Amino acid sequence: MSKIHVTTTVNGDQVEFLADPRESLLDCLRDRLGLTGSKEGCGTGDCGACSVRLDGTLVCSCLVLGVEAEGKTVETIEGMANGNELHPLQRKFVEHAALQCGFCTPGILVAAKALLEQNDNPTETEIRYWLAGNLCRCTGYDKIVRAVMDAAAELRGEAA
Amino acid sequence: MAKDEFTEFKLVGTRPDRPDGLDKVTGRARYGADMSMPGMLWAAVVRSPHAHARILRIDTSKAEALEGVKAVVTRADFPEGLTGEEWNLQENTIAGDKALYDGHAVAAVAATSALLAQDAARLIEVDYEVLPHVIDVDDAIKPDAPAIRPGAADATVPEGMPANVVRYIDFGHGDVDAGFAEADLVMERSYKTEATHQGYIEPHACVGQLGADGKGEMWVCTQGQWYIRKMCADVLGLETAQLRVTPSEIGGGFGGKTTIFMEPLSLALSRKAGGRPVKLVMTRSEVLRATGPTASASMDVKIGMTKDGTITAARAEFRMQGGAFPGAPVDMALYCAFAPYKLKNVHHIGYDVLANRPKCAAYRAPGSPMGAFAVESLVDEMSRELGLDPLDVRLTNGVREGDRASYGPTFGSIGLIETLEATKAHPNLLVPLGPNQGRGIAAGYWFNHSGETSVSMAISEDGSAQVSVGTPDIGGSRASIALMVAETLGIPYEDVRVNVVETGSLGVNEPTHGSRATFASGKAAVVATGQAIKEMCRRAAAEWGIDEDAVEWVNGAAQPAGPNAGKFPPLTIREIAGKMGETGGPISGHHEGLPEGVGASFGCHVVDVEVDPETGHTTILRYLVVQDAGRAIHPSYVEGQYQGGAVQGIGWALNEEYIYGEDGRLQNAIFLDYRVPVASDLPMIDTVIVEVPNPGHPFGVRGVGETGITPPLPAIANAIQDATGLRMTHLPMTPPKVLAALKAAGRG
Amino acid sequence: MRYHTPSTFEDAARLAAEASGITRFLAGGTDVLVQMRAGAVIPDDLIDLKKIPGVSEIAQTEEGGWRIGIAVPGARLGAHAGLCADWPGVVEGMELVGSTQVQGRATLTGNLCNGSPAADSVPGLVAAGATVEISGPSGLRSAPVEDIPAGPGKTTLQPGEVISAILLPPRGTAGGDAYQRFIPRTEMDIAVVGCAISLTLDGNSIASARVALGAVAPTVLLVPEAAAAITGTTLDDDALAALTTAVEAACTPISDKRGTAEFRTEVAGVLARRVAKIAYARAKGAEA
Repeated sequence: MSKIHVTTTVNGDQVEFLADPRESLLDCLRDRLGLTGSKEGCGTGDCGACSVRLDGTLVCSCLVLGVEAEGKTVETIEGMANGNELHPLQRKFVEHAALQCGFCTPGILVAAKALLEQNDNPTETEIRYWLAGNLCRCTGYDKIVRAVMDAAAELRGEAA
Repeated sequence: MAKDEFTEFKLVGTRPDRPDGLDKVTGRARYGADMSMPGMLWAAVVRSPHAHARILRIDTSKAEALEGVKAVVTRADFPEGLTGEEWNLQENTIAGDKALYDGHAVAAVAATSALLAQDAARLIEVDYEVLPHVIDVDDAIKPDAPAIRPGAADATVPEGMPANVVRYIDFGHGDVDAGFAEADLVMERSYKTEATHQGYIEPHACVGQLGADGKGEMWVCTQGQWYIRKMCADVLGLETAQLRVTPSEIGGGFGGKTTIFMEPLSLALSRKAGGRPVKLVMTRSEVLRATGPTASASMDVKIGMTKDGTITAARAEFRMQGGAFPGAPVDMALYCAFAPYKLKNVHHIGYDVLANRPKCAAYRAPGSPMGAFAVESLVDEMSRELGLDPLDVRLTNGVREGDRASYGPTFGSIGLIETLEATKAHPNLLVPLGPNQGRGIAAGYWFNHSGETSVSMAISEDGSAQVSVGTPDIGGSRASIALMVAETLGIPYEDVRVNVVETGSLGVNEPTHGSRATFASGKAAVVATGQAIKEMCRRAAAEWGIDEDAVEWVNGAAQPAGPNAGKFPPLTIREIAGKMGETGGPISGHHEGLPEGVGASFGCHVVDVEVDPETGHTTILRYLVVQDAGRAIHPSYVEGQYQGGAVQGIGWALNEEYIYGEDGRLQNAIFLDYRVPVASDLPMIDTVIVEVPNPGHPFGVRGVGETGITPPLPAIANAIQDATGLRMTHLPMTPPKVLAALKAAGRG
Repeated sequence: MRYHTPSTFEDAARLAAEASGITRFLAGGTDVLVQMRAGAVIPDDLIDLKKIPGVSEIAQTEEGGWRIGIAVPGARLGAHAGLCADWPGVVEGMELVGSTQVQGRATLTGNLCNGSPAADSVPGLVAAGATVEISGPSGLRSAPVEDIPAGPGKTTLQPGEVISAILLPPRGTAGGDAYQRFIPRTEMDIAVVGCAISLTLDGNSIASARVALGAVAPTVLLVPEAAAAITGTTLDDDALAALTTAVEAACTPISDKRGTAEFRTEVAGVLARRVAKIAYARAKGAEA
């Protein structure tokens, strides 16, 4: 079984790994690069826990092959904070208790950040549909949606 | 962090950031599958594709010949002679003579990579003799149903019962026939609910290591590390204390991670592979096929009511299948079914029935949602029939402190009436409804639980405090326990660190189940903290040269009291801790036992729905949860439990179900077709936290995790009746079912 | 498994023709990776088409139609103003496939080649009269989209053939299309029933129409009888009733975990009425 050498940029760092062509990008992030923040909840693109950005596009990393990352840029939850400075979404999720078990949280944060970059003032309905592919079994989504709306308001410079 | 006005507390009732928040929003928190160990192997499991089959031959030679394969195990690698639940657990871990359900593990393999392990698993050949199977509970209880496990019935089952009945329950009080004779209206209905899954997003995962010397360790996502330890030890014939189990962060459990499924396989593989650690991570399909979904239920309920809504008698007969093993929560379902009602005459009958399905596990208030669906549906239907407000009927019959519960004991302090009154006062009840819209209400009940608990706490050199608990933090219990300990010590919340520890650090703890973590670990932590405070007062007394009883603890400091009041300046916790090395050594507290004083909780939900008359599709327009928390230690996480429970109930009511083919195989073992609610399916979930403090807990906690899943099933059915006039008696109320009912009623 | 990244469709077709074992093409990957993960299909050769120049482009054709590259994901279709203005029904069908994340990867061509009768993007393409360009060992050929599916999981493509573009005809004036599906939730489900209608108007009267149904037969269906039922009408109640009758008559669904045959047939008629009204309004100039 021959492995393929992959060079890619993850959270701004150039990295290299050897991938079996059957391995997903999620497998490679977790098992080759030690970036275990992205989670596998289903392996079929139905839960969104593995959400990452691939060349800026929001994708399920379980539906991307590791070898497809060659020459691309990947952004994961591990790259969301700037050092110790959390992204407003990360802060608002803690403040609003928008997580219980926290397993879906990395994927939801990555997806929500992608939303706010293209729509700085989403409605509740827009947030709910954008995040429909991110399953959360603990919260009933209420506090997640509120946290995203509050983070959007802060990013727009409005007082919460 | 504003303090709730009505409490006398500084911290309890506030909403600080959770201690594990930073790790969980940065991806640093380590869950079951996030651990790797040096020299680690990866495992894969071979599972039966048949619902019921005799295993004739397992040929592992091709897999063992594959380069990189380090171990293969079958049942032959496990000890013989187990009995009772220990045998059940072993049999469910890996099949013996027969595969008992689609997905039942038959063999497992460990190799140097995950892909290699999967390749090797595909090379294991199993010959089966397919046997007749049975899936539905009403089929399974028929006298001519395939007998799944002859001899599995316990002593409760009378002679002559069908072969798959393994437990029989019969209890009640009063004279139900006389009660029905007093009624103005007697109605009887039959209901069914289908099996659902807890649907935690994190699949089961562990890394197990076991040497030839019988010593081992495990990293595992679980609600209860001691349960995992004992069950693994039992199944493998190990000495329990030689196994050390460390709980990872847990990606949801809801009861489904209180037991073992594949964990012993990783240990057995490790032992066979020379003690190398073995990582085993389930796929979602394996989670749905081979962990512990709920029971499915078939239920008959009969109620008698007078014209003013007083219930004169009630009778329930529930049949539940919990898979190919005893353990369907038919007892709990019956205990909870009529719990909101004060009943003079009540009779319960239950059957625990085997079927060719996976062994059921607990799921949030196990049994209670099914019973509530049946009873609350019928109470609602009868209220309508009599022209009575369904909330008033519940108030008329509602239990209060001192009343005898439908299942026997006498209620202590409970908050059902307060909960119903708060519901009645909520503005959601005044929102006008449009065409095809309807409103439904229902009540629900859960006992809450205490159980074996062991907690230690210690004061650090700088006056901060650490607390070691044995109950994994699923939804914010570190925060609630830290709040209670900080409140007790009189120090900032941030100065307390709560650690969820491994099995070597404390005596046995039951899992985080039964809504017990904040009640039991919290109560034990407060008692332990009291011991440390007493010791700090003693140290202060020694320094001052006064009697230790003349020292009191106020605002994080020891101060002289009584005749000595004001004689010495207070000694702060920081000052006492700073010199504890010279004043007698470490200051700590420990409490263990079975904390008493559990407080039960009631909830009441109100839901507004709209039903599309052309497609049968139900939309949730508005949703209200009102529930008695006793005391909300961290109100945000109490609300979160209410909201999460309600949404799981919404899924159960509308779309979630285990769907089996004629061949007995699970057809929807994927999140695409096992349809849990998604964000766009839902409105905001409104909550009201009722606080009738539990006198059995230092801060009044009852437990909040489970009651919330109980009312949604009937509340939504009641709302659909309000919208359409149709009484749906079989969950889930999918669009095809609702449309078929509309057509049958000439309304579609 | 061998992973190939050809730079031309000719090379891709050659690789496929020469492969002896199980071969899969990789465009968006949202079906292939799921099948690989489940162990349902483990290809011997996986041919990634995304390195072929032009596969990610949407271009207007000389005739005024559209040529859509095989690796254009759903999110890109939805962001393309010209395409959305001409063929909103095609775009909304594709946009219903999976989540936001899946929209970042899944493609029209992949959805078509997966061969599912419930594929959300296919009825819209069929109603639009779309064609596919196919590269194969003997060069290029084209075929109507409705000729590609051959049954659940099957296509009429021959070994060594690969779709190299999807072509939408010019919309022309006074035309409109729409797609709706029925699912139990609001997102993330496979269509229980789907219906797409494309029509053109002559004044208030329907001059031409194409009606396509999903998930009511082994393949996506083009239903000329349903088109005939509304052609020449102003979509009045009689026309809608005739449409319903024709649609229901065309349905030969199965009962499965997603819905009963009766439900699918009934709801196909419901959706056809709803979709026809939207397509009609769009043809009259309503915003998509």
